[in-house]
Amino acid sequence: MTRTLPRTSEPAVGKPIDRVDGTAKTTGAARFAAEHPYPGLAHAALVHATISRGRITAIDTTEAAAIPGVVTVLTHHNAPALKPPRKVSPLDLSTMASGTSVAYLNTDEVHWDGQPVAVVVAETLTAAREAAALVKVVYAPMRSTVDFLAEEPNARPQKGNLLMSGSAKKGDAEAALATAPVRVEGRFTTPPHHHNAIEPHATTAVWDGDRLTVHDATQSIDWLRSHLALRFDVPAEGVRVIAPFVGGGFGGKAMIWPGTILTVMAARATGRPVRLLLTREGVYRTVGGRTPSTQRVALGARTDGRLTALVHTSVTYTGRVGGSPEQVTSQSKHVYDAENILVRQNLVELDLISNTSMRAPGDAMGTFALEAAIDELAYELGMDPIELRMRNEPERNPIDGRRFANRNLREAYRLGAERFGWADRTPEPGSMRDGRWLVGMGVATAFHPAWQFLANVTVRLSVDGTVLVRCGFQEMGMGGATAQAQIAADALGVPVESVRVEYGDSTLPLSPAAGGSMQTASVASSVLAACQKLRRKLAKLGPPGETPAAVLARAGVPSLEASVGSDSRLGRLTGQARFLAKLLRDQRRWMRAASGAQFCEVRVDPDTGETRVSRWTAAFDVGRVINAKTAVSQLRGGIVMGIGMALSEETLVDPRTGRIMNPGLGEYHVPVHADIPPIDVAYLDEPDPTMPLGLIGVGEVGITGVAGAIANAVHHATGRRIRDLPITLDKLL
Amino acid sequence: MRTFSYVRAPDVETALRAVADEPNAKFLGGGTNLVDLMRENVERPDVVVDISRLPLTGVEELPGGGVRIGALVRNSALAAHPLIRTRYPVLSQAILCGASAQLRNMATVGGNLLQRTRCLYFYDGASACNKREPASGCAAIGGFTRNHGVLGVSEHCIATHPSDLCVALAALDAEVEVESTRGTRRIPLTGFHRLPGSTPHVESALEPDELVTAIELPAPITERSRYRKVRDRASYAFALVSVAAALETGGGTVTAARLALGGVAPKPWRAVEAERVLLGAPATEESFRAAADAELAAATAQDGNTFKIELARRTIVATLRDLTSDGSAT
Amino acid sequence: MRVNGADEPLDIQPQVSLLDALREHLGLTGTKKGCDQGACGACTVLADGERINSCLALAVQYEGREITTIEGIDHPLQGAFVRHDGFQCGYCTSGQICSAVGMLAEHKDGMPSAVTEHAPAGELSPAEIRERMSGNLCRCGAYNGIVEAIQEVAR
Repeated sequence: MTRTLPRTSEPAVGKPIDRVDGTAKTTGAARFAAEHPYPGLAHAALVHATISRGRITAIDTTEAAAIPGVVTVLTHHNAPALKPPRKVSPLDLSTMASGTSVAYLNTDEVHWDGQPVAVVVAETLTAAREAAALVKVVYAPMRSTVDFLAEEPNARPQKGNLLMSGSAKKGDAEAALATAPVRVEGRFTTPPHHHNAIEPHATTAVWDGDRLTVHDATQSIDWLRSHLALRFDVPAEGVRVIAPFVGGGFGGKAMIWPGTILTVMAARATGRPVRLLLTREGVYRTVGGRTPSTQRVALGARTDGRLTALVHTSVTYTGRVGGSPEQVTSQSKHVYDAENILVRQNLVELDLISNTSMRAPGDAMGTFALEAAIDELAYELGMDPIELRMRNEPERNPIDGRRFANRNLREAYRLGAERFGWADRTPEPGSMRDGRWLVGMGVATAFHPAWQFLANVTVRLSVDGTVLVRCGFQEMGMGGATAQAQIAADALGVPVESVRVEYGDSTLPLSPAAGGSMQTASVASSVLAACQKLRRKLAKLGPPGETPAAVLARAGVPSLEASVGSDSRLGRLTGQARFLAKLLRDQRRWMRAASGAQFCEVRVDPDTGETRVSRWTAAFDVGRVINAKTAVSQLRGGIVMGIGMALSEETLVDPRTGRIMNPGLGEYHVPVHADIPPIDVAYLDEPDPTMPLGLIGVGEVGITGVAGAIANAVHHATGRRIRDLPITLDKLL
Repeated sequence: MRTFSYVRAPDVETALRAVADEPNAKFLGGGTNLVDLMRENVERPDVVVDISRLPLTGVEELPGGGVRIGALVRNSALAAHPLIRTRYPVLSQAILCGASAQLRNMATVGGNLLQRTRCLYFYDGASACNKREPASGCAAIGGFTRNHGVLGVSEHCIATHPSDLCVALAALDAEVEVESTRGTRRIPLTGFHRLPGSTPHVESALEPDELVTAIELPAPITERSRYRKVRDRASYAFALVSVAAALETGGGTVTAARLALGGVAPKPWRAVEAERVLLGAPATEESFRAAADAELAAATAQDGNTFKIELARRTIVATLRDLTSDGSAT
Repeated sequence: MRVNGADEPLDIQPQVSLLDALREHLGLTGTKKGCDQGACGACTVLADGERINSCLALAVQYEGREITTIEGIDHPLQGAFVRHDGFQCGYCTSGQICSAVGMLAEHKDGMPSAVTEHAPAGELSPAEIRERMSGNLCRCGAYNGIVEAIQEVAR
């Protein structure tokens, strides 16, 4: 980019700038979805089905309705009609938004244990919840299939989609495996997980005629707007979704789940503003989680460590009422330069709530199995696990020979190993101790593909020197507003403090959902383009001044605005089509991904098998880092979630009933402060030449490889290979 | 949560009278367990008698070296009390291993005795549970049993008592003082909680109109005592297995031993068999293992909690070993 | 009720938790509801200076007690949380800060923790902070920043 303007400040990109919303979040001023007051506001509470499949034969709301303060009890007998969701189309990504295909309260059918079968609306939260417990439902249960492991033999090949294939092969991996001089093979399992964002899903819905305002804990403002318009049969232009603060998502707030729909429905039915903050149990019962998986990884190698065969297959589930097939084996197409590769994904369909994306869907689970198997091979070969990886580090994308847009894994390993002190490790299992503790060190590769989607942006420069960036993206803690302010500041040559970013509102220009680690890159690309447009406009006003604002002042223009993309129906359609074409073109040309090296040290109590992570170092190749503070935090956050996945997290779905038995934070063990050591995060800061500003997303790569690194460290400490997550102490006794 | 009427008791007498004629009343202390269970509709009292302002908050030294602890002493206050920290370290440690700092600031000692199980099926209104709904069955058997008991369980209930504090109290020969309009009586802690048998809903020897007013501890057999809690997180998780132990040795021989287990039984489990084996035995790992084996000989497991027997064995041995070494290891 | 130094008249049913009284009846939404079962710490407030979980407290039980919520806190920890990036989404933050304020006071008063016996007396080491703050979950995983912020203020 040629500079036509003098720089008035140091570049902001790359700096560890404090979050722009820091004060709001540390003073309690930030209002989340369930915290907006409205006159006449009523409160909703859900009643959940207690069978996994069948019909409601009777539903008695008399007692519930008699609780003082109850406004109404909605059931399939009296609920307003709901339009069905639309079929998924690549030209309108909002069609992917529906959590399940069920017509909530418009049917007597029950499709999963936990499905809402009634909604109580009351003057107070207390009354709503008391009444909800008094709704009596009689069911005629039907045969259901809910036991994932029992159903595994019936798994069918998973179909691919536009962006990802369900299976892939190069050569004949099984044949190569059979003749490989060195072989390892293992069956790995991962349990179901839940996102457990600390903010439960919440909605405040207000109707004014056919106009609807919704405050919602959503990762997908635009999808939600389109989806609500469709389901309630009103024009999308009249639906406004507001979500400037979202208390964590991790994929759990990407789709639209029944709580949101039913709050809007309750507001429609009562003519009052209605609020619903799901109970923690309600989150488990009405929002999908990460599917469990079973995986087979088989590796064949020559004695020098070169891989001749890599086989990675998986079984996961989707709900009979929806869900997204997980790309569990995806990374096995990209990480190791095996001569022969076979990846295959299989699915079973269960009478459970739809599964949904959770931080690094597919890859978080797949990298556990793959990276643990690589470690097993290293021990089989008597080779350092990093050395084995470096011997199989590809020049081009292993499965199809595409170029990598960026690939600096060697450098990441070098940097990580140095910071971690890998050289001090003695390879023999059980050889390292600290007092009574057994000490183990493990390593694994992190990998997550990078995407970019359509974002529309408006940038306005005012004569007072301030810049306003407007885009309807979501902020759940990724630091998006801060990062975009930094980008705009540099692009316009103004101090970052003078840039304000408006986000989290569907009245703003279209943004992609916050998911797939692509929001920041997608928005950044348009912010850059809009700023460049603005500078061209500015140049037409007159010669460069001291500051951009000075140019405006001289020309007597109060403000100047530039936009990228159009939010009209046609504009969105053509934008989406253009982007899709570019996406597919790019995908044929390059393999783009974030990657990294995860190093961990664990301590295992030799008596009890208690495993604690004592040290962590990670070195990532995530392209250019926009904000050194928030990016590192996000990468750390992924590692923390990965530590939970490795050691303690498991949703208990009773295989007899399909009912989740630990729907709470007391018995679903996310990591606490005491579980998390200082996490040393390094990044290479090598821009990806094919991405805007060279940045790649950082939201998900952090969790990948974590469980593998821990499993490998546990093996190093104890000599035990635990192939079933979580690695709880009973497995080590 | 069901509607109830609320009575705040300014003194013990008012509290006792408030429940004397009310069959479905509950005392509210710190609320950390009761309020949760009421919100889950597991507890459904008509009357809640708030006893949190009763003057039962003293920790007093008794003649003879024991301690009297008011039932409404907060967990955190008890854990920090110098008498407890020096003479009964096992009790202080047990409290500090339990729950979180916030909950310890709220929870009372008396309430801790009456804490109810964390069995997943007990909490879930849609599941059969003999404890919650007598004669409805036990959905835990054949279900997720990782947190369930291996000692003292029955075919009607396999739930565990979740307290840490009570495990220490069981090892320390505590006595519970209870009061009603009918008078005052004392119950040994080890007899306070009931095994499920065919009536798992009867959890303690406490009558519905009785209030726990104090806990008394005799002088400790030794100040060398320790609590070891094994759990799935480094903090803020219920015990899979816990061990409260006090051990006195002389000339390489065990001269006195107190041992109790948590997380393995429907009540805080005083390990009398193990104590019998330990007394007079050489203070060696072999004796500790023999003691653990003796205690666990009667253990029975479900599919999901077989590991607890071995884990309990190892934790007992490790805790006793720590007590006989310099005690610095863990 | 006494909240943040002011008397707040309240006419509510005895079922209403302190948390719901603050959020729904007094409009003090800075205190967050994450689990409503004492398992996450997002609802942490101070009662007479001691940290408690307001979700497990019936409001009526706290009549006359001095309740402090995040809206009533003006503490160096708040700036330290921003500098050390001790949060991401911000939903657990009010609870973390209230809890940390209570924790610093407890530590000053000599309250032990489960790790105290293994730590040098009187020092608020990272291990101490982590143990003492374990009642406050952060799903974004901002634990490192939170510990650094508390350490900075404790010094």
